[in-house]
Amino acid sequence: MSNAKQVDPAKAAELFIIHDQIHEPMHDRFLWGTMQRRDAEAAAIPEWEELREIASKIKEHTLTHLDHYLEEFEANATKRGAHVHWALDAAEHNEIVHSILKDHGVKEMIKSKSMLQEECHMTPFLENRGIKVIESDLGERIQQLDGQPPSHIVFPAIHKTRKDVAQLFARTVGTDPNNDDPHLLTEVIRNNARPRFLATGAGMTGGNFAIAETGTFMVCTNEGNADIGASVPPLHIASIGIEKLIPRVEDMGVFLRLLARSAEGSPLTQYSSHFSGPRKGGELHIVLVDNGRSRRLGMADFWHSLKCIRCGACMNTCPVYRRSGGLSYGATYSGPIGVILDPTFDEFKYSELPFHSTLCGSCSDVCPVKIDISDQILKWRRVMAERGYLPLVKRMSFAVAGHVLGHPEEYHAMEKVAAPAMDYAPHFLLYNRSLNPWGRSRELPQIAKQTFRDWYLANRSEHADDEQ
Amino acid sequence: MTTQTEATNQSTISKDTRIALFIPCYIDMMFPEVGIATLQLLERFGLNVSYPLNQTCCGQPMANSGDEANAAPAELLFVENFKEFDFIIGPAGSCVKQVRCHFDVIDQTDDVKHVRQRTYELVEFLHDILNVDSFPWAEFHHSVAIHNSCSSIRGLGIAKPSEIMGVPFDKTADLLSKVKGLVLTPVDRPDDCCGFGGTFCVTDEAVSARMGLEKAHDHLRHGVEYVVSPDMSCLMHQQGIAQRSGLDLKYIHVAQVLNGGPF
Ligand code: SF4
Repeated sequence: MSNAKQVDPAKAAELFIIHDQIHEPMHDRFLWGTMQRRDAEAAAIPEWEELREIASKIKEHTLTHLDHYLEEFEANATKRGAHVHWALDAAEHNEIVHSILKDHGVKEMIKSKSMLQEECHMTPFLENRGIKVIESDLGERIQQLDGQPPSHIVFPAIHKTRKDVAQLFARTVGTDPNNDDPHLLTEVIRNNARPRFLATGAGMTGGNFAIAETGTFMVCTNEGNADIGASVPPLHIASIGIEKLIPRVEDMGVFLRLLARSAEGSPLTQYSSHFSGPRKGGELHIVLVDNGRSRRLGMADFWHSLKCIRCGACMNTCPVYRRSGGLSYGATYSGPIGVILDPTFDEFKYSELPFHSTLCGSCSDVCPVKIDISDQILKWRRVMAERGYLPLVKRMSFAVAGHVLGHPEEYHAMEKVAAPAMDYAPHFLLYNRSLNPWGRSRELPQIAKQTFRDWYLANRSEHADDEQ
Repeated sequence: MTTQTEATNQSTISKDTRIALFIPCYIDMMFPEVGIATLQLLERFGLNVSYPLNQTCCGQPMANSGDEANAAPAELLFVENFKEFDFIIGPAGSCVKQVRCHFDVIDQTDDVKHVRQRTYELVEFLHDILNVDSFPWAEFHHSVAIHNSCSSIRGLGIAKPSEIMGVPFDKTADLLSKVKGLVLTPVDRPDDCCGFGGTFCVTDEAVSARMGLEKAHDHLRHGVEYVVSPDMSCLMHQQGIAQRSGLDLKYIHVAQVLNGGPF
């Protein structure tokens, strides 16, 4: 068990909802709209379900032969002139990146979006060692300026309104707080980033796919920022999780068709760039990171989560995520994929996350690589219950209920007293939210005067004798 | 996607077929009319239906929270009560899903396997097993929105989930479209979860209530009078929200509509 405090996503989501009447509805509507576009794009491909199946199979195959493909990737990438590093965990990753930057005398570095670098908490690590880190993805830059982690893996600042951004830029970049024209805001941050691409000594990226047979990797973005960051400064460092491997170039045909359609309802990301070794006069370092992945690969119930291609579709479709905002999850990964990944980093801290779900199952059906997300959420609940992480009141009431429901005599005796008890329960007891959250926004259902069972005994008299 | 056949499919079902009625605990206590409608409806097809008197609950509240140790007694009792029957029919998608999909932690004896295989939700039983093609006794002159619960859609497959590509189908709609006078009304987000989610509705009260409220507004925007569902638990939550917010919507179980009451 960790010393970290348990994250309380229900409480945080409540704050997101009651904060005002603007943020939550906007967040929900935008992501719902994204889902609608995704559905339309998927529907336009007759073999969509087949593609999902193939993608899932390729990932399963790769993950079950990961040692082989990792070594193949390393050999081929090295042949192309890249330096390949292996990082066991976040600390090693950060050390490796830091030492490369130090060796090159880099004081300022510009990076594009990488969930893995978030996971490793790389930016604070480097900044504590005197290296300035600039996010070049618009959403990530907004979050960086606000001192917040990304709230969505594809749309990092999606919980913010235009007004929020205008005010943030006014505070941090010096724009007019009342001008929230999106073109202006984008232009401002672009002009803010451009000179830095020229001035910095290194660019960092992540990698969406690492191809074993060629030793190359792909980065998919919409803003072209990764491409500039990898092409202008002389040094390019890419952090890639070991689960990002795929065997062959031709497999990309499957994943690229699924990725942007699932992520944002568009046929392709604006930029899908292959990086094949260092460019002339430049240097390329690839850091392959484990950070708990090989342990996850050994978890019978949860290893399928490694198939994830980080498209964010499960977040967009999740009715709970849409109402909560990603920051409510208090973790690097939010939404359904976060619920099943985060506990692998810290079971206690994230023990409430699996309960922040209605188990509606939409995430499993939308996932382009067919991860059984919803089933894994239920399985994580089982883990939390076994570890004793269920809230005490739940544990106690289930212990009583479990006994009563297994003993029909006690159950039917209890049924008889329940209805009169409801009649006498004072109103404040039922509607006091700390005692009974059902009643805060909902009327209580009436307990019937006669249960079905009693009706049956009275009306199907031939069976009445059966009563024990 | 209905197959038009005789009202009862004699090849699967006969007078000797032993059919058990599974009435989930909350329906027994709070919505007995749903149990009555289900029983009467099945009897209209000449079926021999029994109601095992020792039944309590399928164990869902505990199992759904991951507490398998405390779910097991209820699950084992369920198997004990129903193992002798050919079909076990319950008017509740999420409870049927619990039996079929989540009785997987207890020992998989022959009885457990049998019960898991033979437990049907009412709509799928009428649609897939009985192949019912008319409800001549039923009339319902109202604008109706269907709320197929997530368990029914994504767990039992009674309708195509919007996320999955392919030919749309909806078994509840197939049945309701045979009821005289009933107008099926499309809404914006037919299969977006309503936020009930079992214990979720109290542990995650704010999100749950917000989801339920949006559901109600979606229905209101489209001029819906009645929300009809194979899952009374979702309706209990939605109705509680609508009542508290003073929204003019009515909620009833699909069995009541198909049976022509009791309302
Ligand atoms: S779990 Fe599936 S849907 Fe969610 S981000 Fe990963 S690939 Fe996309």
